Amino acid sequence: MSVQEVLPLGGPSSAQSGQFRADHLLVAEMVKPGSKVLDVGCGEGDLLQLLETRGIDGRGIELSREGVNRCVAKGLAVVQGDADTDLVNYPDDAFDYVILSQTLQATRQPRVVLENLLRIGRRAIVSFPNFGFWKMRLQLLIGGHMPRTENLPATWYDTANIHFCTIKDFVELCDEINVKMERSVALDLYGRPVPLNLPWWVWNMFGEQAVFLLSRGGGK
Amino acid sequence: MVGVKSVPSPAISADERSHEVDHPSSQVAHFGTEQPLRLDCGVDLTPFQIAYQTYGELNADRSNAVLICHALTGDQHVANVHPVTGKPGWWETLVGPGRPIDPKHYFIICSNVIGGCMGSTGPASINPATGKVWGLDFPVITIPDMVRAQAMLIDRLGIDTLFAVVGGSMGGMQVLQWTSAYPARVFSALAIACATRHSAQNIAFHELGRQAVMADPDWHGGGYADHGIHPHRGLAVARMAAHITYLSDAALHRKFGRRMQDRELPTFSFDADFQVESYLRYQGSSFVERFDANSYLYLTRAMDYFDIAADHGGVLAKAFAGIQTRFCVVSFTSDWLFPTSESRALVHALNASSARVSFAEIETDRGHDAFLLDVPEFFDISRAFLQSAGKARGLTGKDR
Repeated sequence: MSVQEVLPLGGPSSAQSGQFRADHLLVAEMVKPGSKVLDVGCGEGDLLQLLETRGIDGRGIELSREGVNRCVAKGLAVVQGDADTDLVNYPDDAFDYVILSQTLQATRQPRVVLENLLRIGRRAIVSFPNFGFWKMRLQLLIGGHMPRTENLPATWYDTANIHFCTIKDFVELCDEINVKMERSVALDLYGRPVPLNLPWWVWNMFGEQAVFLLSRGGGK
Repeated sequence: MVGVKSVPSPAISADERSHEVDHPSSQVAHFGTEQPLRLDCGVDLTPFQIAYQTYGELNADRSNAVLICHALTGDQHVANVHPVTGKPGWWETLVGPGRPIDPKHYFIICSNVIGGCMGSTGPASINPATGKVWGLDFPVITIPDMVRAQAMLIDRLGIDTLFAVVGGSMGGMQVLQWTSAYPARVFSALAIACATRHSAQNIAFHELGRQAVMADPDWHGGGYADHGIHPHRGLAVARMAAHITYLSDAALHRKFGRRMQDRELPTFSFDADFQVESYLRYQGSSFVERFDANSYLYLTRAMDYFDIAADHGGVLAKAFAGIQTRFCVVSFTSDWLFPTSESRALVHALNASSARVSFAEIETDRGHDAFLLDVPEFFDISRAFLQSAGKARGLTGKDR
């Protein structure tokens, strides 16, 4: 699933630093140099290219044929595949990090996908649009419509995003499947991190998207 | 027979053909009795020879060699005028100056496979033990045998690690065999329109072709050389049947539709009324000018036997365990001979081995043949893959 299809980031949150997207820079900053990374839903390979500039051995999976072919034509190691069905082919501990950027909400089985991410990778980095964002809430509460924003303009009947969640929902899922949150960052509408010292409910209200660095929790 | 034009006789004489078989215009590597080729069937083939072409120059640290593996009916003349047909090299779209595999950057090697008929030892060669053409006395060869022979050639050329091994169809099978048999000697692998095993349907088509050859009375149980003839009718039919499998319904329809050949109305005969018939007859007759019938039997057999997983306890991923080679796998949407599903199975096995792999499926209606045609997206991908691998290999400056 290309990032563009799921979450057109042409809006304010695509605040660029040089040629790279803010959320990509944040993700890249979470990856230790010299590691081996799988980017699930790598789109046209922008994040992989960013990682490459930092000496990281990156691989990608992408659903759309056009996306894959553009990646391969950039010399990236990307294969055509589906997060829901193809992650099972990868062995345990194959990567240091597995990244799922703005794709979780478009998978058929987000929980299974998340479990697979942390089986294949020792760590996972997951980013997703927060459905608890105040603008979303307001549209449902006042307008009585399924929310549509600059970044998520699709209507309910043609959206690829079938499993929206809020930051709170995601945190609860992580607890349920014994996933440890090593780092979490909420980005506001302008791609700026919501200050760390604010409580969860503020993040859930003002975070337009969230980025989590996850690892396997100890046995329950 | 009313209105039947048989396939025209080849323009080239049997003498000219046999000349390329034993004394090719290419460079030849001879392997004497001290260096036999150990075949999968248990026979040591010796002496034997490999005919090959090279383009470009080997760099000082011998790190820029690219081996091109040819398909079933190809040969070593990948990027030069063919000595028999006078036609351009069979892969000049991909290999040559300004092309993704440019002799300016790479030392390019292409050898005729063992069992072939363009200078490497095969059933059309002279058996030194009898002084006569091998014919069906030639031992049955496999894809691993072809690759083993290529490895001996690469040794002879003083090359330890190939920068890239590249091939489509049967050439792609050799690429995969190279990576599984000699993973440390292959830095990068470009496997196009191929599979890790030959499917039942593909074996069936090959059997059809072989039976067509054998049904030709001129075949003489494989001993046609002794009779000074060649079963060109049977071989032409085999080629016609095979050629259909290289195309797609859409491509045939686009190219020919139901259009008539040089006539307005049907002739109510079995003449080639339709353009598609005329085209196939041409494909058949031009093929027999340059190809040996027994060689066709042996090479199709080699493809049929190919099954990498079977050689690794039935688990494909084991064939590539721990491999460091960089892979690029390419398939074409309308290729029903080596469909994308076969490439995907390969990619899954490579993923399970944590190999570095790129996999692109290219949209085209031109069928299996697409890998030999002008498909710009395929060239872009090949070029970028090799450039990226070249960077990792440290091929810079004048080598690039």
